[in-house]
Amino acid sequence: MAYDLKMRVWRGDADGGELTDYSVEVSEGEVVLDALHRLQATQTGDLAIRWNCKAGKCGSCSAEINGRPRLMCMTRLSDFDPADTITVTPMRTFPVIRDLVTDVSFNYEKARQLPYAELGPRDADGKRRMMQVDVERGQEFRKCIECYLCQDVCHVVRDHEDNKQHFAGPRFFIRYAELDMHPLDTHDRRQLAQGAAGLGMCNITKCCTEVCPEGIHITDNGIIPMKERVVDRKYDPLVWLGNKIGIRNKDNDGRTEV
Amino acid sequence: MASTDQGVSSPGRARIEARTLREDRWWVQPLVTFVVFSGFVVFATFRAFMGRDYYAEPYLSPFYSPCLGDCVEGASDFGQPFGWWPLSAALIILVFPLGFRMTCYYYRKAYYRAFWLSPPACGVAEPHQAYSGETRFPLILQNVHRWFWYAAVLVGLVLTYDVVLAFRPMPAEYAVGDGETSGVHMGLGTLLMLLNVAFIWLYTLSCHSCRHIVGGRLRHFSKHPVRYKLWTWVSRLNESHGTWAWYSLFSVAIVDFYVFLLATGTIQDVRFF
Amino acid sequence: MTGNEMSPEAAGGMERHAYDVVVIGAGGAGLRAAIAAHDAGARVAVVCKSLLGKAHTVMAEGGIAAAMGNRWPEDNWEVHYRDTMRGGKMMNHWRMAQLHAQQAPERVLELEDWGALFDRTEDGLISQRDFGGHKYARLAHVGDRTGLEMIRTLQQRTVQLGIDVHMECTITEVLKDADGQGRVAGAFGYWRETGRFVTFEAPSVILATGGIGKSYKVTSNSWEYTGDGHALALRAGASLINMEFVQFHPTGMVWPPSVKGLLVTESVRGDGGILKNSEGKRFMFDYIPDFFKAETADTEEEADRWYDDKLNNRRPPELLPRDEVARAINSEIKAGRGSPHGGIYLDIASRRDADYIRKRLPSMYHQFKELADVDITAEPMEIGPTCHYVMGGVEVDPDTQESAVPGLYAVGECSGGMHGSNRLGGNSLGDLLVFGKLAGEAATSYATGLGGARPQVAETDVKAAQASALAPFEVEGGENPYSIQSDLQQSMNDLVGIIRTAGELEQSLVEIERLKQRAGAMTVEGHRQYNPGWHLSIDLRNMLIVSESIARAALAREESRGGHTRDDFPTTDHEVWGRKNLIVSLDAAGTGVELAEKPLPEMPDELKKYFEES
Repeated sequence: MAYDLKMRVWRGDADGGELTDYSVEVSEGEVVLDALHRLQATQTGDLAIRWNCKAGKCGSCSAEINGRPRLMCMTRLSDFDPADTITVTPMRTFPVIRDLVTDVSFNYEKARQLPYAELGPRDADGKRRMMQVDVERGQEFRKCIECYLCQDVCHVVRDHEDNKQHFAGPRFFIRYAELDMHPLDTHDRRQLAQGAAGLGMCNITKCCTEVCPEGIHITDNGIIPMKERVVDRKYDPLVWLGNKIGIRNKDNDGRTEV
Repeated sequence: MASTDQGVSSPGRARIEARTLREDRWWVQPLVTFVVFSGFVVFATFRAFMGRDYYAEPYLSPFYSPCLGDCVEGASDFGQPFGWWPLSAALIILVFPLGFRMTCYYYRKAYYRAFWLSPPACGVAEPHQAYSGETRFPLILQNVHRWFWYAAVLVGLVLTYDVVLAFRPMPAEYAVGDGETSGVHMGLGTLLMLLNVAFIWLYTLSCHSCRHIVGGRLRHFSKHPVRYKLWTWVSRLNESHGTWAWYSLFSVAIVDFYVFLLATGTIQDVRFF
Repeated sequence: MTGNEMSPEAAGGMERHAYDVVVIGAGGAGLRAAIAAHDAGARVAVVCKSLLGKAHTVMAEGGIAAAMGNRWPEDNWEVHYRDTMRGGKMMNHWRMAQLHAQQAPERVLELEDWGALFDRTEDGLISQRDFGGHKYARLAHVGDRTGLEMIRTLQQRTVQLGIDVHMECTITEVLKDADGQGRVAGAFGYWRETGRFVTFEAPSVILATGGIGKSYKVTSNSWEYTGDGHALALRAGASLINMEFVQFHPTGMVWPPSVKGLLVTESVRGDGGILKNSEGKRFMFDYIPDFFKAETADTEEEADRWYDDKLNNRRPPELLPRDEVARAINSEIKAGRGSPHGGIYLDIASRRDADYIRKRLPSMYHQFKELADVDITAEPMEIGPTCHYVMGGVEVDPDTQESAVPGLYAVGECSGGMHGSNRLGGNSLGDLLVFGKLAGEAATSYATGLGGARPQVAETDVKAAQASALAPFEVEGGENPYSIQSDLQQSMNDLVGIIRTAGELEQSLVEIERLKQRAGAMTVEGHRQYNPGWHLSIDLRNMLIVSESIARAALAREESRGGHTRDDFPTTDHEVWGRKNLIVSLDAAGTGVELAEKPLPEMPDELKKYFEES
């Protein structure tokens, strides 16, 4: 069943722009990205869109659809009434380049400031051993497709440009959590997470989790456990006392603070 | 409303006037939270400061349990070490459950959104000029949540004991039929208290700090099978932590109000046996 | 410079960078090559069309084939080598297949050193799963998102090492030296964001641009797969090999239309899924070729037992190499036993419980639920063949990956030879890692060996490259590139698809010629800043020349083998065609391609023994 979809698409660049109305033919089973591609092929050859896999796996086509951060390739038109107008804008947390394309280099800069995995030596036979239950938590975070929708929706930087300097954002908090939960890793990055990455800026209002297209429990499984680990390190007198009198949590021993 | 060069209107970002383009009713949830939480706070404050009508044998209001001040006869099962306390006995004990809830990861989300509007909803600009999250006093104190959890476990145990007491045999004047026979009693109050304590435990055990303490802090689940098992249970409860927070909030208020109605003689307890 | 560059600040003049090694493409092969070059001491940069971490490698689902022997101690590189050669119908370059089988295990373990979290066996080792054409469970995997794990690990390693990554930058020409010695001197391209040009001066250029799938209408490939590396190599004077062999993955989604072609991982079959036609028949038993009879189960009972007992049972026919399965599905659909949307059924719901499916195939579960409203734990999937991979690519030296042009290297999908006429699932990820590393090292050693006598970029070449890139803006009233691309995709799908005939191939060449004319007069609107129409117009030239290469080679090879099936020559001809490769190079005019034949490299006797018993 084909019909004419009414769309409002933000067109412009860093100097300004506006929501522009279009009408484009769409058919059953299509997603917002299909509609925009048809627009591109038939009406506006120079409409800038960033996209790659069109299967929800690469995380390139992030935008805001009716004000909500979404992947354009995973937003089905059948979720809307055919009479509705669908509004598509670029992500509003990052500088715009053109039309729906934003400059996401903020995230790449944060990635460079991040610590990395530092494993001990391999076993005698040249392999490593880790149990499935010990890698599962980290695996959830490694599902991240780096669409940066969590970074986009996070009010800490969305509503406060000046915080960008001190705040790594949800995407990188789960990277910290992943490394901290790695069974063979040898570094302790809790101080870094709290200090350099700005974990304390997060007020766990959970929008990152709400928009994650991969369904990663960013807040409950990543940020909050990381906050609790920081509490272990900094705010728990029982742990402090335990350390003083020699009762230590052996499972976290042998890591070097970085 | 943010000024024009702030937040989503910062230079370089796409020029869009509206602070949100969301068309759904995003304001419903924070509004409901605001109304219900405010209602609870008003009700709880009023009841806590009243200092009376909190005990109707054998039911003790959870706001006053354990009753450690100068309490009415029968209400103090743990003595009255604070008998000198001039104000309502609720104020001695209420700081613990209150602190537990105030620092709870779920409640924080709920009240930051509904009361602070920081943010009111996802993708809706917040009205504040500056934001430092939980990095400074007083909000840095949210990190003591774990301590309140320890206290909340104790409070939970006391409330559980209260439920046991709520099954106590009743004096003859309350007897149904041929006087007190079974040696055990159960009324609507008992049932309400039982439900309440169940929700309190679900809420307390589904806490994120609890999840961390029982096993989440480990790096090798495989070396700690029992704690891993506990962690998986708590994790499952934790998925509904917000739900338990709401249910237990209502149940506490309902039990207190029921006790109030009994204590003031407004109604009679519904007696099952 | 952040080291992860998008467009630089606008400034006057031509932007220039100098490196020892420039890698074009940031998929698995490109990143592994860059890491190797860095480790070997080179100043290296990665240049990629998309953002870092978005390359097509993320789409790889099943796993990395590596004979680590974690599940089956019987497995070793020799078995893997034999499987690879047989899967490629002996068309593979024996040396590449050997290197790959020998080195893949260490490349996988290296990923783990860098932080990858693979699924584990009960003993805590890297788990390995079954896949088509592999004798033993051999694919190191992470659920069904192994490619994502691999790209993320390599990406994080790249960033950790501080390697420069120039993102959203398209290379349009490989530049050769000014003194006419034919050596590489650098690369020329433009920033997608600003449309400004950039020149990279480097004696070594590694092409790691992936495949050509976007020349086909139904494909599992993303927009980036326009055959850039193939075309850059051709224009630089290198040759392509095995271009007639294009792999159609048997299982792509067929519904809804907007996701037609999207990949459904082979792991569905590896984990127990079966293929059924509209009559409910498990038809693959009717399509077992003689070549694989000895190792394929001929009853459903034996096939089902195989999942648990591989030593005493033969593998299910659903796990035959991809070319066989794709052809079988094609035949069933043509015979009218297809599903309502023109596919056939892939059923795992009736074979495994819902928890197992969700755990082993989370992305597939998600993909069907979100995009097609199908719950794969409750109902079968509708699937059909989709253009997936090109076995053909730049002809390279197996040990160094260097092409015929000194300083020009090619790795991964854009190189040729490793997979012969058909690639086994899981061998591509291993290919990227093994040859990425070899190329990075060889390119560094070549660059270092030159000392101060580096080839210089000729200014006239830079000027010419600029003019060529801007040509579509000069044309008034020409055609829109989107319609040319769409016509090319349609004709490649119809005329150079899974089943080919001389008549259709000849017709396709006529079509391509006509499309080349139209492309010569195409026009784009707007300006140079992030203009997808312009970007397409540049990519389109590559797609056209690569399509022509495929069609010409396919017309010449008068037999059926692997990813090349001729209706008019249905048998595999071991005597004549089994002994030679087809080589494509640019013709004298530089506007088309020409073909040459070349004898297949002779396998040494100590490797021949693996094939004697069958």
